[in-house]
Amino acid sequence: MGGFDFDVIQRSLPYLFYEGMAFTLQLTLIATLGGVALGTVLALMRLSGQGALAGFANAYTTLFRSLPLVLVIFWCYFLLPYIGAWLTGADRPIKVGAFNSTVITFTLFEAAFFAEIMRAGIQSIPRGQAAAGYALGLTYSQVMGRIVLPQAFRNMLPVLLTQTIVLFQDTSLVYVISLTDFLGAASKIAQRDGRLVEMYVFAALVYFVISFALSQLVRTLQARFAVKR
Amino acid sequence: MPMIEIKDVSKAYGAFQVLRHCTTSVDKGEVVVVCGPSGSGKSTLIKTVNGLEPFQTGNIIVDGVSLADKATDLPKLRARVGMVFQNFELFPHLSIVDNLCLAQQKVLGRDRPAAEAKAHALLARVGLPEQADKFPGQLSGGQQQRVAIARALAMDPIAMLFDEPTSALDPEMVSEVLDVMVALAKEGMTMMVVTHEMGFARKVADRVIFMDKGEIVEDAKKADFFGNTRNPRAQAFLSKILQH
Ligand SMILES: Nc1ncnc2c1ncn2[C@@H]1O[C@H](COP(=O)(O)OP(=O)(O)O)[C@@H](O)[C@H]1O
Ligand SMILES: [Mg+2]
Repeated sequence: MGGFDFDVIQRSLPYLFYEGMAFTLQLTLIATLGGVALGTVLALMRLSGQGALAGFANAYTTLFRSLPLVLVIFWCYFLLPYIGAWLTGADRPIKVGAFNSTVITFTLFEAAFFAEIMRAGIQSIPRGQAAAGYALGLTYSQVMGRIVLPQAFRNMLPVLLTQTIVLFQDTSLVYVISLTDFLGAASKIAQRDGRLVEMYVFAALVYFVISFALSQLVRTLQARFAVKR
Repeated sequence: MPMIEIKDVSKAYGAFQVLRHCTTSVDKGEVVVVCGPSGSGKSTLIKTVNGLEPFQTGNIIVDGVSLADKATDLPKLRARVGMVFQNFELFPHLSIVDNLCLAQQKVLGRDRPAAEAKAHALLARVGLPEQADKFPGQLSGGQQQRVAIARALAMDPIAMLFDEPTSALDPEMVSEVLDVMVALAKEGMTMMVVTHEMGFARKVADRVIFMDKGEIVEDAKKADFFGNTRNPRAQAFLSKILQH
C-alpha cells in the first residue's frame, strides 16, 4: 500500500464532486426549503388552537422525531410506491424512484424538526404584535405572513441553519437504498482502490470545511439579521 | 346615534368574571376617559370595541355595525377603528414608513406613492418628519408611541382607542405623546382612552368612566366626576392617584 496517496484523491475528484457532492447538496437544499415550508405550516397548525389541526401536527412531529432517519428512508422507499398508487387510484404500485423517494423522505422528516423550531420562533414574538396587526384590519394570513413569520424566521435563522448542517451530514444515510452521495462516492473509490485511509480522511476534511463554513455563516447572519427592539 | 355603543356586555374567563354588565356609549367627536385600578377590566373592555377580545353576552355597535353578529367582517371593522397599545407594538422588522404603509396598502388597497405621502404627512403631524427611514428600535419610547398613533391615523379611522398609551414611557416622554392626543381630541376625533393621566382627562375629556372589578361604577360628565364623585370607590381611587 505504501504511504499516503494523494493521487487517488486527485484522480477521483470529478466523480466525488460532480456525482457525490452534487447529490448531497441538491438533497440538502431541496429538503431544507421543503422542510421549512412544511414545518412552518405544521407549526401554524399546532398553534392554531383548532383541536384537530393541532392534534395532527402534534402527532406528526412526535412520530417523526421518535424514529431513526435510516428506518424512515428504508420504509418510505418501499411504501411510497403503494401510497402513491392509493393516492392516485392506480391499480399497481407507481414508480417513485430512489432519488424522488429520498427527497420526499428527507423533506417529511426534516419538516418535523423545522416545525418545532418555527413553533418556538412564532412563540417568541410578543402577542401584542399580532394584536397590532389585527387592529389595523389585517387578516390572519397577512398578520402571519407580514408580521409574525418574518420576525420568527429572523430570530430562528441560526437554529434553522444549524439544523441544515445536521441535515447535510445526515444525507450520507442514503447508502441504505444504494444511492451515492458524497460519502458514498468516497467509500466506493476507497473500496475499489484499497485506499481507505486517504478517502475517509479526505471525506472528513470536506465535511468539516463545509460544516464549519456554514456555522461561520450562521454567526455572521445572526449579527446581521437580529431584529432590534 | 352614538359612534360606539356598549350594551350590557359581560365576559368571563372560566369562573372569573372580567366584565360585568358594562353599558356606555361614545358619541361622534366625544372623548371618553376610562380609569380604574389595575385588573379592573379596562384593557379588556376597550379591546372588545374592535373585536380583539370576544365577549359572551350583550352587544357592541360601532358606527351601526354589530359585533355580536357572527357575520360581521371583523378585519373591515378594525380597519376603521384605530388602536394604540401600551407597548407601542410597532413592527420592529419594518422601517417607520413601512410600518405606516403596510395596512394602507394591504387593507385599504392604496398604491405605494399615496400611502407614502399619507405616511410622511402624518409623521410631520406627530412631530417626527425626519424619522421615516429609521427602524423602531432606533427611536425613543415617546417617539415610537407617536409613530404608533400616526400608524393608526393612516387608516383614516372613525374613532381611536388608546390603552394606557403613556404608562410604559419614561416620565419625561409622557407629555410629547399627550400633546399629540390633545391635538387629536381638539380636532374632533372620537376617542376612548384608558389612562390615569388626570391632567389629560381634565383638559379634553367630555366624560370619565371609572371601572372596578369588571363593572362600570361611575360614568359621569367630566365636571361631575372631578367635582363631586358620589361613588366612594371612585373617590378613593381619585385621591390616591391625584396625590402623585
Ligand atoms: N387571558 C386571560 N385569562 C384569564 N384572565 C385574564 C386574561 N386576560 C386578562 N385576565 C384577567 O382579567 C382581569 C382584567 O384584566 P385587564 O382588562 O387587563 O385589566 P386592566 O386593563 O384594568 O388592568 C385581570 O384580573 C386579568 O388578570
Ligand atoms: Mg390594562
